[in-house]
Amino acid sequence: MTMSLGPYASFIVTSYAAAALVVAILIGWVMLDHRSQTQRLRELEQRGITRRSGRSATDPR
Amino acid sequence: MAVAGGDCFPNRWKPSMTALAALIRRDIRIALRVGGGALIGVLFFLTVVVLMPFAVGPDLALLSRLGPAILWLGALLASLLTLDRLFMADHEDGSLDLITMSRTPLELACAAKALAHWLAAGLPLIVATPVLGLLLNLDMVATAAVALTLLAGTPALTFTGMIGAALAVTLHRGGLLMAVLVLPLSIPVLIFGVAASQAVIVGPMTFGAPFSILCALSLVSLVIGPFAAAASLRHGLD
Amino acid sequence: MTLIDLANPTRFLALTARVLPWLAAATIILLTIGLYQAALAPDDYQQGATVKIMFIHVPNAWLSMFVWGVMSIASLGTLVWRHPLADVAAKAAAPIGAAFTFLALLTGSLWGRPMWGTYWEWDARLTSVLILFLMYLGLMALWRAVDDPSRAARAAAVLTLVGAINLPIIKFSVDWWNTLHQPASVMRMGGSALDKSFLIPLLVMAVAFTLLFVTLHLAAMRNEILRRRVRSLQMMQASRIAFSSEVAVGSREDNASKEAGAA
Repeated sequence: MTMSLGPYASFIVTSYAAAALVVAILIGWVMLDHRSQTQRLRELEQRGITRRSGRSATDPR
Repeated sequence: MAVAGGDCFPNRWKPSMTALAALIRRDIRIALRVGGGALIGVLFFLTVVVLMPFAVGPDLALLSRLGPAILWLGALLASLLTLDRLFMADHEDGSLDLITMSRTPLELACAAKALAHWLAAGLPLIVATPVLGLLLNLDMVATAAVALTLLAGTPALTFTGMIGAALAVTLHRGGLLMAVLVLPLSIPVLIFGVAASQAVIVGPMTFGAPFSILCALSLVSLVIGPFAAAASLRHGLD
Repeated sequence: MTLIDLANPTRFLALTARVLPWLAAATIILLTIGLYQAALAPDDYQQGATVKIMFIHVPNAWLSMFVWGVMSIASLGTLVWRHPLADVAAKAAAPIGAAFTFLALLTGSLWGRPMWGTYWEWDARLTSVLILFLMYLGLMALWRAVDDPSRAARAAAVLTLVGAINLPIIKFSVDWWNTLHQPASVMRMGGSALDKSFLIPLLVMAVAFTLLFVTLHLAAMRNEILRRRVRSLQMMQASRIAFSSEVAVGSREDNASKEAGAA
């Protein structure tokens, strides 16, 4: 599929690429943050620090 | 220290009014005494305005064209930077807790403190404006216009900045962070203040429209400022 | 008292775990449809192919305001109802909103280059978005400046609400200022009378980006709740170590002294 983007193709491509990049960074940040928080919770649990309710902290209940 | 003025009113006359008057008198007295910091604001204003010619060159025509903008920026920075410690000193010596606990509504107490601050730190800026206008080659009418817009606009700056001061005291942070938070909120005041002054000097448009919007902004901030500051103090000090 | 024992965040986590995959799937599907339609959309007779930038610029500009609205509602939740999830919602939304605002600025500037000949024009809309971006950054700085999350939450809530009241005033002033300095010749981006061939992809993209925000926001809120759990567990650990080392002064218990040494 060829799409003619006219004389300003680079601007269009750049803005779409920038949007994709920023969204990718956001998704990556959210996922990495989730991983590191659950990791830290698990470590704390292994050291015997538990929540008062006794449930696992990583458990979404 | 805060009881003065109680005896000239009969007791049934709303006690909160006398409390507010006492608060205003106390704050002004503290601000004006040595080390109070109100007059340093004027000195800062003077210094900023004196710096400008070194940045843009001693071209008098250019300076008189930029004059209102320079004066407004200087006044904006001076009145916001002196606000930093509006609640901080009271918090340190404990009187802020007394003010929060007293029967006087906290919103009114905040408004009184801001009014006192404006009287002690804002009015001197306006008094200094004619002198600085002279340095910037502004004529009589232009200087009067700038002074008038400052008179109408600086209350808005004080009452908006008070929100930042209240946040500063609840967060134990001050200075740059608060300036960064409050300065964007003062953009409308700057726009209409400078526009009204420019309208007198060059502008094709009338002085009335931007000036009345500027007054409206001051009135709006007179309402929002005390409520937001009181909310911040009430939620933040416990 | 610890935040983690409140029932609401816990129930929220369960809900999030169930809803997130569906939201992510819906976002991907809508984004694909939107991008496909945007690619098929005809060129504008005036702006040529650059009109394609609109399909990401406008959704981001819309989100930049929408996210502040979400944060304002959350701030009301913090100050008025003291809802435990409200400050989590407000805190999680700020960086995402800032990212979308940044994209709105960037794409606006890239769209403006062919139109105006410069990357930055003090155009009324771009200027208001720039001020909004500054306010997002200030708010994020406020969140980072304070250690105690609930104290930061209340300060941020006050600032968010003041910002919400001020934003229309700022928008109005900047519009006024702009017409004062650039009479008549202002290039109007977009315009109100959009052709259907532009409007439908634009709407799809706007909905897709909004869904993207909701997904990211829920995920970030989940992370924030977990972060607070980590924080309170660490504080529990610290207090336990302090307590047990006090006890261990007499009994010289092996484990306690090791833990105290590690801390």
